[in-house]
Formats: sequence, C-alpha cells, structure tokens
Amino acid sequence: MNTQYFKSPWRILVYLILILATFLWLIPILTGLVTSIRTFDDILYNGFISWPKEITLGNFQEAWERGGLNRYLPNSFIITIPSLVLTLLLSSLGAYALARFRFRFNRAIFFLFVAGMLLPFQVLMLPVFKLTDFLGLYDTYWGLIAFHTAFQLGFCIFMLRNYMRTVPGEIIEAARIDGCGELRIWWQIMIPLTLPALAAIATLEFTWIFNDYLWAIVLLRSDNLKPITAGLATLQGQYVTDWPVIVSGALIGTIPTLLVFLFLQRYFIEGLTLGSTK
Amino acid sequence: MVRVRKNLIPYMFLIIPLIIYLVWVIGPMFYTFYLSLTDWDGLTTPTFIGLQNYQKLFEDKVFYISLFNNLKWLVSFITIPVVLGLALAMVLNRAIPGEKFFKMSFFMPMVLAMVVSGLIWGWMFHPAGGLINNFLVATGIMEKGPGWLSDRDLVLWSIILVATWRQVGYVMVLYLAGLKSINPQLLDAATVDGATGWQTFWRIILPLLMPVTVIVIVISVIDSLRAFDLVSVMTRGGPANASSVLANFMYIESFNNYKMGYGASIAVILFFLSLIFIFIYLWRVMKDELEY
Repeated sequence: MNTQYFKSPWRILVYLILILATFLWLIPILTGLVTSIRTFDDILYNGFISWPKEITLGNFQEAWERGGLNRYLPNSFIITIPSLVLTLLLSSLGAYALARFRFRFNRAIFFLFVAGMLLPFQVLMLPVFKLTDFLGLYDTYWGLIAFHTAFQLGFCIFMLRNYMRTVPGEIIEAARIDGCGELRIWWQIMIPLTLPALAAIATLEFTWIFNDYLWAIVLLRSDNLKPITAGLATLQGQYVTDWPVIVSGALIGTIPTLLVFLFLQRYFIEGLTLGSTK
Repeated sequence: MVRVRKNLIPYMFLIIPLIIYLVWVIGPMFYTFYLSLTDWDGLTTPTFIGLQNYQKLFEDKVFYISLFNNLKWLVSFITIPVVLGLALAMVLNRAIPGEKFFKMSFFMPMVLAMVVSGLIWGWMFHPAGGLINNFLVATGIMEKGPGWLSDRDLVLWSIILVATWRQVGYVMVLYLAGLKSINPQLLDAATVDGATGWQTFWRIILPLLMPVTVIVIVISVIDSLRAFDLVSVMTRGGPANASSVLANFMYIESFNNYKMGYGASIAVILFFLSLIFIFIYLWRVMKDELEY
C-alpha cells in the first residue's frame, strides 16, 4: 500500500472526508441490496434500521415471474442490440466521409449532426410519434429501434469523425494508390484502426439505449413489448405497497449495464471524455 | 466523368445516415414548430389555429411552475455537481490508496438507469419505512421525518438531490481527463516559484481547465432542461404540480390529455431555452476545427 500520500494531517483529513463521501454515495445501492432480501412487513414493523427477522429471495422471484421482468429484460436486449449495431455501422460510414473527404457541404453536414445530438428530446417527441405511427411501426420493436438508431447517429458521428481524423493519411493514400476501393478502405483499414473509439462509444451507447425510458413509453404501448425501464414503472404501479419487490426489480434491471460497466470500465470512461477535452 | 464520380464518393457514404437523420431528427424538429400552431388530439388531422397555444401557455400557471422548476434545477446543476466533481477530481488525480474503489463508487450512479435511481431513492424517501426518515428518527434529529416527496416545498429539491447524486461522477470524469492533459512542468514551475497549493489551483489549474468547465456547464444545462425520467418515476410532477418540469408538463399534456398541439408549444419553448447553449457548444467545436 502506498503510504506516501499521508504526509500531512491535511491529507489525512481530506482522506477521511473522502471515505465519508464515498460511503454516502454508496448508501442507495446498499439500501437497495438490504431492502431486496427483506420482507415489507418486517421493515414496516421493525423499522428500516433493524436486524432482519428473515432473509428471503422471494422478492426477486416475485419481480421476475409475476412482475413480468422475465419479459421486460429480454425485450431490452431485443431493442438495444440492433439499435447499437445499426447506429455504429451507419455512423462509421458517415464519419468516414466527413473525416476523410473534402467536399462542399462537409462542415455543414457535420454541424447538423452535432446540433441534433444536443436537442432536447421533447422537440422530437410528437413528430416522431406521428412518423412511427405513419410507418406502421407504432407499438413494435422496430419503431423504437429506428428512433434510437437515428438519434444516436449524432453523437456517434461526432465522436467517430473526430477520431478518424487522427488516423495518419499516408495509410489511406497508400491503399488508394494500390487501387483499393473506397468501401474496402473503410472496412479493412478505417474500421480496424477505429476499434478503440468504437469500443468506447459502443459501451456508452449500450448503457444509454438500454436505460432509455421516455422513448419506450412514447413509442410502445403493449406490455409484452416493454423494455425493463418502462416495465419497472409498470411494476411500481402494480406493487405500489410492496417496496422490496419494486427495489428487487430495479436491481435486476441494473445488472446488465453494471456488468458492462465493470468489465469495460476503461472504455466507458474513455467514451465519456473522448469528445469533451481536446 | 471519373472526376464527377470521385466527388460523389463521400455522398455515397453519407446518404443513408444523412437521410435517416433528416427524417427522424432534423425534420421532426421543424415539424414541432408547425404542430405548435395547431390544435391536434393525436388522431385526427391537426388544424391550424395560429398562436393560440402560446397565448394559452403564457396564462397557464403550471407552465410557470414548470419553467421555474427547470431554472432551479439548472442553477443547482451548474453549481453543486460542478464544484463537488471538481473537488473529487482534484483529490483523486494523484496516487491515493484505494483510488480505483473511490472512482468507481462515484461513477456507478451514472450507469444506473434514471428509472432505477428514481425507484430506489423513492423508497429511501418513503415517509414511514424509508431509510432517511428512519435514520432521522432513530438518531433523534427529528421526532417525525418530513414528507420528502409529498411536501410541496421539499419535493423538487429531493429530486434534484437524486439528479446531483448521479451527475457528480460524470463531472468528475470530465475534470479528471482535463487534469491529465495539464503539463506537469507548469505545476512544478509554480511550486519552484513559491506558489502555494491554493494559488496554483486558482491561478494555473482552474484557468487551464476552462475549456472543460465550458463543456461541463453546457452539458449540465442541457441535461437539466431534458430532465424527465426522475420526475416521471418519483412524483409525476406532484403534489399539485409542485415538482413539475417542462418535459413532464409537455408529456402529460400530450399523452394523457391528448392536447398535442399544446404539448408542441411547450417543446418549442424548451427548444429556444436550449438553443443558446447548443450554439455555445457548436462554437467551441468550431473553434477546435479552425485550429486544425
């Protein structure tokens, strides 16, 4: 252990404050874990701050089976994975054009994508609802997938285009002189060289799309299509007086993004900082 | 002939993403402007009614409550999480025992869905069974804990607290990246010249972090105007609209009351509130472009 840090009493004080703050930050998670294994009667009767009378996994089972999470959670993946793949594919095409070609509207198109990514979603809500309905995609997975794919293009193109500009031009020039087609350059040279950025963006996008709630409730109505976020809101209405079940459901809904974060933390952080500091 | 084809290549790459983006994002934005001038229930054809929606909006009490709530949210967001995030970044930017664990604890809320955070905090705020009131009563700080989500004066701040809990880690990440990009020689030079830690922070580190701060503030403003999930899950804007924000107000008018033309006019107001910050962001990106 590195004890070099504690060279002044000031530092020790800072460290103690840090420990306290971290503990405070973790309280909601700890509360969630403790609640999920207790019964509501026990908590109400003995107070939250008491030793559990019994420990149960029944809340998880209840949320998973009768609460419908066994439907909602797979739905989340059915919506997230295609959206993620499509948006990464399309944005890497667009970003390549914007990063590597000089043409008249290059900058204008780039700014269009960046501006769109910053829009408040509410500005798009009603027309997208109408458009989805018009295309016959309302209340289908594809309506939601189409929107996520489209909206996330802004952020992905912004990030990828900036990253692709840092790839040395000589590699691409050499390929061109050797008679390599543009599509092959994109797929066989640009994509492999962009993998670190793609990984970072994919990690972030997975979390964002997976955690979306607003668009799920705007574009879906059927209970059996809902992703976990909208499902949890339903669960809340259904188990309004049984908080341990609701909290257990919320914890289940967190597992996928938490796993992605724990294993791909480096990419996650890189993604967040990729665009903001230069 | 060959030359024309060469010019077309970038457009071949762009055509699909661009069309999708225009149809799902840029086009709808403009269509919302039109919808805000109509009376529309979501089913029939919208009928043009001029500025009547806006007239009604400017006389609607809930609109002003929501607007002020958004402003309170905004002001809290560009101060508290920014200061806390920066402080954490400063502390965690050096080798410190347990660095990884500390960082991860503060990142974690960011990974949770807002819905999940809203539910767990909603439970902690529970008047009788929740952790917070149990703690207050057990330690004797209060005889009876307040109704965090049912008291009209408290409810918005309770929700903002949750949003802050989530935002601090994000700001910290951005500042940590910013701190890494500062040349350590500059700081050494300051120390050699006899600057105290405090002076170094105010005179050197903070000015050098200015670009990060601009981005952090713009992102915080945009996030605070987009705020929807937490309010929707925790209170639905209640009690008596005390925690309503524009996004929720708009959703309820549009999808619960079927006044979609009216909802569109709220969205347009939100758009104009964001516009200036979108421009600041674009301007920063533009500046980077010119430095290339």
